[in-house]
Amino acid sequence: MHELSIAVSLVELACEEAERLGNVRVDALHLRLGSLAGVVEEALLFSFELAAQGTAIEGARLAIEHVPLTVLCPRCGEERAPPSVQHLRCPTCDTPTPEIVRGRELELFALEVQDGTPAHR
Amino acid sequence: MGLPRIVEVRKDILRKNDLLARALRDRFAAAGVYVVSLVSSPGAGKTAFLEQTLAALHPGYRVAALVGDLATDRDAQRLGRSGAPVRQITTGTVCHLDAEMLHAALDGWDLAALDFLFIENVGNLVCPSSYDLGEHLRVVLLSVTEGEDKPLKYPTIFNTADLAVVTKVDLAEAVGFDRDETRRNIHEVRPGLEILETAARTGAGMERWLDRLRELAGHPPPRREPAYRADQAAPNSMPAS
Repeated sequence: MHELSIAVSLVELACEEAERLGNVRVDALHLRLGSLAGVVEEALLFSFELAAQGTAIEGARLAIEHVPLTVLCPRCGEERAPPSVQHLRCPTCDTPTPEIVRGRELELFALEVQDGTPAHR
Repeated sequence: MGLPRIVEVRKDILRKNDLLARALRDRFAAAGVYVVSLVSSPGAGKTAFLEQTLAALHPGYRVAALVGDLATDRDAQRLGRSGAPVRQITTGTVCHLDAEMLHAALDGWDLAALDFLFIENVGNLVCPSSYDLGEHLRVVLLSVTEGEDKPLKYPTIFNTADLAVVTKVDLAEAVGFDRDETRRNIHEVRPGLEILETAARTGAGMERWLDRLRELAGHPPPRREPAYRADQAAPNSMPAS
């Protein structure tokens, strides 16, 4: 289970950003998680609470936005949503394609912060 | 109470690892060493495959290996018998290698004195997929005893690999291994992925793998970012607000 390692990196990154913004209080973290990122949401949510304990962002909410897999079909020349992460092919013409456009994201997209309110700690 | 607002950040969570991996890639390129990492589930035969590889390449090529395990240095002892320099990385409870562990393990090692550096990751088909190690070739191994549907169960790792190796093919008949189905499943999760079939115990298929390596050794190692990261925001990207 590497979600704990990922949660620790996420908390470090969010704390750095909060400090850079003037030690603002962080109410929520918005994460973009691709379906091919290899991360299990439940495990990440659980790990996040542990990782945030005792840090400047303790108590902040983790909001996860899922990014569905999108591939580029070489035949249609269009971005398409494949049937599943197990079947990387065009849903229209059935051509297999390894070209992934979106779906690997593991990104801290945004923070909900409050200016003028000190951090939790 | 202050005013709530939303601040865009847009940074990869693993950017520290990715930046360090990039620095490692630069270091490998400057030293002219090819770095090959091996990932698989526990027991797929990474160590046996690597033992044969090191023994065949050493001393004609200058080879070394780093091997990651949760505990013990048994693999390093096995690999060391080839005569090639080997270092063990003991991760404790961590289920994968990351760029920082690699960076620490390479301390004091003269990379310019090597043609190939092999990295044997911790046996795990899930966690290593998230961590770029700066390697040039990521090889995913799958043994015939594991079942033909492994690629469908672990699509992410197959998707970040540059080459798939089916191991223990000498046991294929005994375990009723379906070669065509396995190849089909690998290509469903990663169309076009090159597949080799080997048996470290009998040496079957090893020559093709070794030829593949010898072919690489004739060219300088590339600095390009791995394909599985090319579609992501640059690790240095600044927040939009």
